[in-house]
Amino acid sequence: MEFGLVELSRLQFAATAMYHFLFVPLTLGLSIMLATMETVYVMTRRPIWRQMTKFWGTLFGINFVLGVSTGITMEFQFGMNWSYYSNYVGDIFGAPLAIEGLMAFFLEATFVGLWFFGWEKLRPRAHMFVGWCVAIGSNFSALWILIANGWMQNPVGAEFNPMTMRMELVDFYAVLFNPVAQAKFVHTVSAGYVTAAIFVVGVSSWYLLRGRHIDLARRSVAVASAFGLAASLSVIVLGDESGYEATHNQKMKLAAIEGMWETEEAPASFNLFGIPDQEARETKYAIKIPWAMGMIGTRSLTEEMPGIKELVEGSEQRIRNGLIAYDALMDIRANKGDVTPEVTAAFEDHSDDLGYAMLLSSMVEDPMTATDEQIEAAAWKTVPGVAPMFWTFRLMVGFGFFMLGMLTYMFWVTNFRGGNYPKLALKTAVFIIPMPWLAAEMGWFVAEFGRQPWTVDGLLPTALSASHLSVWDLAVTLGGFVALYTTLLIIEMKLMLAAIRKGPVQDVEAVAAWNAKHAPVAAQPAE
Amino acid sequence: MILHELLNYEILRVIWWVLLGVLLIGLAATDGFDMGVAALLPFVGKSDAERRVVINTVGPVWEGNQVWLILGGGAIFAAWPPLYAVSFSGFYLAMFLVLAALILRPVGFKYRNKRESHVWRTRWDWALMIGGAVPALIFGVAVGNVLQGVPFSLEDSLLPIYPGNFVMKLLGLLNPFALFVGVVSLSMHLSHGASWLVLKTEGAVQARARRFGTYAGLVAILTFALAGAWLAFGVEGYRFVTAPDPAGPSNPLLSEVVRGGSWLDAYATRPWIAIAPIMGVVGMAAQVLLMRAWSGWSVVAGKVGIFGIISTVGLTMFPFILPSSLNPTASLTVWDSSSSHMTLFIMLVCTIIFLPMILAYTAWVYKVLWGKVTQEDVSSNPNAY
Repeated sequence: MEFGLVELSRLQFAATAMYHFLFVPLTLGLSIMLATMETVYVMTRRPIWRQMTKFWGTLFGINFVLGVSTGITMEFQFGMNWSYYSNYVGDIFGAPLAIEGLMAFFLEATFVGLWFFGWEKLRPRAHMFVGWCVAIGSNFSALWILIANGWMQNPVGAEFNPMTMRMELVDFYAVLFNPVAQAKFVHTVSAGYVTAAIFVVGVSSWYLLRGRHIDLARRSVAVASAFGLAASLSVIVLGDESGYEATHNQKMKLAAIEGMWETEEAPASFNLFGIPDQEARETKYAIKIPWAMGMIGTRSLTEEMPGIKELVEGSEQRIRNGLIAYDALMDIRANKGDVTPEVTAAFEDHSDDLGYAMLLSSMVEDPMTATDEQIEAAAWKTVPGVAPMFWTFRLMVGFGFFMLGMLTYMFWVTNFRGGNYPKLALKTAVFIIPMPWLAAEMGWFVAEFGRQPWTVDGLLPTALSASHLSVWDLAVTLGGFVALYTTLLIIEMKLMLAAIRKGPVQDVEAVAAWNAKHAPVAAQPAE
Repeated sequence: MILHELLNYEILRVIWWVLLGVLLIGLAATDGFDMGVAALLPFVGKSDAERRVVINTVGPVWEGNQVWLILGGGAIFAAWPPLYAVSFSGFYLAMFLVLAALILRPVGFKYRNKRESHVWRTRWDWALMIGGAVPALIFGVAVGNVLQGVPFSLEDSLLPIYPGNFVMKLLGLLNPFALFVGVVSLSMHLSHGASWLVLKTEGAVQARARRFGTYAGLVAILTFALAGAWLAFGVEGYRFVTAPDPAGPSNPLLSEVVRGGSWLDAYATRPWIAIAPIMGVVGMAAQVLLMRAWSGWSVVAGKVGIFGIISTVGLTMFPFILPSSLNPTASLTVWDSSSSHMTLFIMLVCTIIFLPMILAYTAWVYKVLWGKVTQEDVSSNPNAY
């Protein structure tokens, strides 16, 4: 891969977004778990729940602040690095980002400070309310950013305006209730809940292994395993829903994940294993599970799923249609909109494919002069890298099922085996703490790398979206961001580990006093 | 959906131009004092205990205040996409410096107190200082450049381009007039941060804050007035040759613009706008004077001053938002760089629903946190920064 401006811009976005998403999932899940723990405290008034809330709250705070820091960059870098994209689709894409600020960020950020500073200033009920506001705010922010992202995957409710040379909003409801966005939202926040659950179970398991803070650790495992079990089922179900939506909206992404070059007779089989070869356009050594893909993708036994080769043929046709729209657009612009009804009709009939004609822009000066070979080459560019998609997806799914198994087991031991966790289970729980983060990053990779060569699927090629900066501009900022973020990440991990080693300290006296008062009752042998 | 036809496009554009100002003023009036406080930190706090008091005056609120900045980015994206695209990429390296500084700030607040080490804490003090001072300065430098025109152009496809070497572009942004406006902005933020510290602290910190605040306030008034004079005699304005249709499509290339005249000509055609600079000067002066005895009102006066100063820029340039020095015709104005009619309407509805809610709960949070921050408060609260 040659590192030109566009590649550097992509690398920068990928790096800053992936760093940002190291901090987001824990915030999403832990905020809800904290609010739940505090609610239990307010209902029972047992100090241990308050201590738990404060302890996990300290870890939450160390993580949250880097989510905030790295999030600032996210809001600004569309304009900085993707200025053509920003102008071309800002009319639609900007709105959910602004609403995210109005509805979610203000709620989350205004109350998070009070949550930390307000323990003594607020009554327990009011403080609990503040915690819920933080949790709801965090989760709303995920909703709006995924509505924005969902639109990049499945651009609904917008039309191209030749006078302003950009996409403009025509149906806001379609953007809001985009099925892709809805499935992605639930999938993503559930993944955040699983992350927090695995984190809490893992850290608590470490305490149990060490014989420290037993009471806090056991209760934390009980809360987190129940919460995580429900969430991991939701991740998998909504992941499947995303696959089903992709069947209708992003067939190419699905075919790439599957390494499915040829269209199979319905119902298609699922490649459990194989070595995709982009050059030879085939997946070698494939181990197939009959019917599985057809059932996941179409939920029927008769609907056919197109393979990559068939989809490329479709892309080629769309490029040719796009060229008709492109030609008409040039005419409209040259004459400032004063054209014959035939030209207008030609444009309107084919404007959905205009983006496909733009794929040629990075190959020839004037797309109208493209040869058949160039059109065919451009059509093949609509295939994302199959091997990375194939493998990343399988690893992500494997991790997802492993975590489901882990959380189910912990939940079962908690509730049906009196909480006697075997040592191996506790060790495994500590060992797999990084797993949800890896799975989440892989999920984003599959979603966004699989969207290539488009920034907005079928509308705007990535190659045209980037700002016309110099390579040096990008080199300076990419180096700067990576250095800064890595430094902060190392500091964050050290502080996290230090806080975990230190363990809960606040409220220790209150917990002891409460236990002393209630111990005779609690210690009654159950006969 | 035809609901958006209720308000015509021209009126919506003006409303969103006003809301753009509200956002920038909201940012300077709330996060502005956080930045001022952070920038003053190493100077008004000598011991660690004093510095912790300074940090904790904004500790619980900076996070909410910072959302004005995030919302600013989002709202410009949603309501003025060409402005978002051109300004953020055109000021590329300057934007990066602002981001780097802003990234340090939250971490500084949160992590400084996590370790006892003197070296650790001193490093974060300076990180916070940079995190406050650099954005405050660069916001002003950006305004100074906008007033002179920014060297960008637009291709027919509306792709923004900025010819030239990347180092020279950055140096070009750091020209004398822009730096001078940067000083206006920095001193405005510093004096406002100081007035907040006078309100929230006592003793030695309060006395130092009052001294810094007085000087910074006087510098702000003086440089603001001089920048006005510089604008009158040293900076050429922009004007339309063929004006765009106020309800026409958002395509800057459809109208023709040339350089000529002075920005201050606006005060001849719209004399009432003189109220903005007057508010700026009076507000800043009142902030300085009231710092002695009525520190609460001093903070209010500072916000009035900020309102006046930022409004002055907007009202002086109207309807221009981002003029181009390279190709004046590509200049972005209120009439040709907004979102579509429908998007502006939907965003207005969202703002009308959510902004009052935001103001209400923000006010409640400030009420809960009302009162001075003392060294005892800081050392007794395990969650304090």
